[in-house]
Amino acid sequence: MSGSALDPKTAPVFPIAARTAMKDGQLRRNVRHATDVIQAKRARVVAEMPDWQELREAGKQIRQHTMENLDFYLEEFEANCTRAGGVVHWARDAAEARQIIVGLVKASGSDEVIKIKSMTTEEIQLNSALEAAGIHPYETDLAELIIQLGHDQPSHIVVPALHKNRQQIREIFQREMNLPKLGERPEDLADAARIFLREKFLRVKTGVSGANFLIAETGGVCIVESEGNGRMCLTLPETLIAVAGIDKVVPRFADLEVLFQLLPRSATGERMNPYNSIWTGVNAADGPRAFHVVLMDNARTEILADAEGRQTLNCIRCGACQNACPVYRQTGGHAYGSVYAGPIGAILTPQLQEMHHAQSLPYASSLCGACYEVCPVKINIPEVLIHLRNKVVKQNGPLNVEAFAMKMMGMIFLSEHRFRAAQRMGRMAEAPLVRRDEKGEGWIGWLPGMLGGWTKVRDLQEMPQETFRDWWKKRGTHGS
Amino acid sequence: MRVALFITCYNDTLFPDTGKAVVRVLERLGHTVEFPAGQTCCGQMHWNTGYQSEALPLVKRFVEQFRGAEAVVVPSSSCVAMMRDHYPKMAAEIGDAALIAEVSQLLPRVFEFSEFLIKRLGVEDVGASYPHRVTYHASCHGLRNLGLGDGPVRLLKAVRGIDLVELNALEQCCGFGGTFAVKNADVSSAMLEEKTGAVLATGARVCTACDNSCLMHIQGALHRQKTGVKTLHLAEILAAQEGAEL
Repeated sequence: MSGSALDPKTAPVFPIAARTAMKDGQLRRNVRHATDVIQAKRARVVAEMPDWQELREAGKQIRQHTMENLDFYLEEFEANCTRAGGVVHWARDAAEARQIIVGLVKASGSDEVIKIKSMTTEEIQLNSALEAAGIHPYETDLAELIIQLGHDQPSHIVVPALHKNRQQIREIFQREMNLPKLGERPEDLADAARIFLREKFLRVKTGVSGANFLIAETGGVCIVESEGNGRMCLTLPETLIAVAGIDKVVPRFADLEVLFQLLPRSATGERMNPYNSIWTGVNAADGPRAFHVVLMDNARTEILADAEGRQTLNCIRCGACQNACPVYRQTGGHAYGSVYAGPIGAILTPQLQEMHHAQSLPYASSLCGACYEVCPVKINIPEVLIHLRNKVVKQNGPLNVEAFAMKMMGMIFLSEHRFRAAQRMGRMAEAPLVRRDEKGEGWIGWLPGMLGGWTKVRDLQEMPQETFRDWWKKRGTHGS
Repeated sequence: MRVALFITCYNDTLFPDTGKAVVRVLERLGHTVEFPAGQTCCGQMHWNTGYQSEALPLVKRFVEQFRGAEAVVVPSSSCVAMMRDHYPKMAAEIGDAALIAEVSQLLPRVFEFSEFLIKRLGVEDVGASYPHRVTYHASCHGLRNLGLGDGPVRLLKAVRGIDLVELNALEQCCGFGGTFAVKNADVSSAMLEEKTGAVLATGARVCTACDNSCLMHIQGALHRQKTGVKTLHLAEILAAQEGAEL
C-alpha cells in the first residue's frame, strides 16, 4: 500500500480493490485473526450486561434525538464552549476545515503538531495539508504512529493498523526509528514508541485532536482512549485545536453514562476506556492557553436531510460492524477506498462523497445483518445499504444491461402466464451449457458475462424438468 | 387448518422438491394445503438490488394472492424477512392506506416453514426418519431477521436416527447475498470457502438449511470440489420417512 491517501474520488471500485486485497494472504490472516480476537472479547463483555439491549435502545434514542435537534444542540455547544474560553469555527467542507486548521497552527507559531488519533482528520486528509504548509504532524496513537511511519493508511476505525502483525510493525520501527537491534516482544515495540513519542510530547507546542463527543450542555470536548497519549496531547500543548463533524454533539453530560458503556465494550471489548478526558475551554492555571474547536459539516447536513440515510450520523465510531462483517474480514479496510471501511464505510462514504465516486460500496455487502446486530446505537445498516442501492439505480437510469434485465424480470413476475413461459425458456436456454456428472446429474460449470462470477468457483445444477406448479397441477388432476 | 403455500419463485423453478416436501409434512400433520396459482415472487431480488419501483407491484400481487389465507407458509426465511422488514415500510412510503391495512392484516399470518411448525402449530416431532449425518446452516435472515433461534435444530433433533452435528461459526454468512454473489464474486467465493470448509469439517453427508438460496450457493461449491456432500432443504429431511436414502 502506498502512502497516498485513500480517496474515494480516485480509488478503484470495490470488487477490483477487493480482488487485489484478497491476493495478500498475510493481510487476510492478520485481519481475520484480529477481528476474531476482538469479536470474542466484545461478545464476552457484552454478555455481562443484562441490560445491553436497553442500553442500545437508549443509545439510539440519544443519537436520534440529537440528530432531530442538531441545529439547537450545535448552537448550545457553541455558546457554552465560547463561554468557557474556547473559540468555535465553522467549516462547510474538508477544504475549509483544512484551511482553518492550517491557519490556526501557523498562528500558534509552531511548525509541528502532535495529534490524537482522529478519523475526522483522516477524512479531510489533514496530514498532507499540514505537510504542504510546512508543518510536520506527529501521530501519537501507537497504531496511527505505525501507519504514519509505514507510509500506510488506516484500515479500521478503532484499530487502524489491524492489518499489520507484530513482525511487520517491528520492521517499520527498525527502519523509521533507526533501531536495527529492536526486539520483537510487544514490550520492546511499546517501549520504542514511548521513547520516540515522549520527546515530541514535551517539545511540540500545538496539539490537534478529533472528538469522540461534543457536550452541548457544557461546551466540553470528550476524548476516549486506551493509551494516555490523548491526555498528553490535551494537556501539554499551549494551543489545542479540535476538529469534529457536526454529528459528534450529544445534548447532556449525563448522556455519557450510556455512551461510555456502549462504546468501549463495542469497540475493543473493554468494560471502560482507560482514559476518558473532557476538555472544557481554557484555564489560566493549567493546560492550553488557546483552545479552538472546528465544527465541520462536509456533507453531513445533506445526510441529515435524507430521512432514510440520516441514521448513518448516529454512528459513534466503535468499529464493531467492521469486526463482525464477513466482507471486511476477507478484504480488510483498504478495499473500501476510504478511511471509513466496513459496513459503516459502505454507507457513510457514498453519502459523504458524491455518489458517483462510491457506486460500488452499497453493494459491498451480502446484507447478512451482522453489522446491525452488533451496532451499539442500532443503526440499521442493511436498510441504509438498500436505500443507497436504490439511489445508485436511479442515478444509472434504465439504459444498462442490469436495469433492463431487472425490468424484464419484474414484468415476468406480474403474470403467471409469462412466469411459466420464462421457466420454459430458461430450461431451453441453459440446455447447451449443461454437462452430465458421473451420477448423470446435469450441472452448469460455465456461465457467460456477468453471471460468470457465479461459475468461477461454483457449479449450478440444471433446472428440473418439472416446476413445482406443474407438479401441483398434475397432482390436482390425478390425486397425490 | 387450510394452509396456503407460497413456494417462492426460485423454489418453484429450481427446487420443486422443497415444495413437495412441505406439502407432505403439512398433510401428514393433517392440514389442507392450497396453492394460489397466481403467485410468483415476493420482490426481494428487486428490492435488495435497488429496484424499488419494480418491487412494489410484486408486493401488491402477493397481497392479492394471499389476502384470504388462514395461514401462509413460506419455505424461505429470506422471503419472509423481506415481507416483515420491508412490506409495511413500502406501503407506508407510497401512502396507500388500503395496502398499509392489508399488509398489516396479512403479515401476522405469514410464517417461515420451521417457524410455522414450532410457533404456530407447536410441533417439534413431525414423524420423520432420516438416519444420516446432517449439519445445519443457519441462514442470516432466519437467524437475525426472523429470530428462528434453535427452532430448526429442535425439529431436526426430533428426527429418528439422525446424527446431527453442529457447524462451526454457525452465525457466519455463507456469502450468497443474492446479486452479491455475482457483483462481488471474489469476496463471495472467499466467504463460501470458509463455509464449505466448516461443512466438510463436520463429516456430515448432508448440509441443511431453511433457505434454498444459501444451499444452492453451498451446493455449487461442494459439487465443484467433488466432495460428495449434498444439500437438502429442512423440509426435505422432515418429510423423509423410514427407508429414506441419502
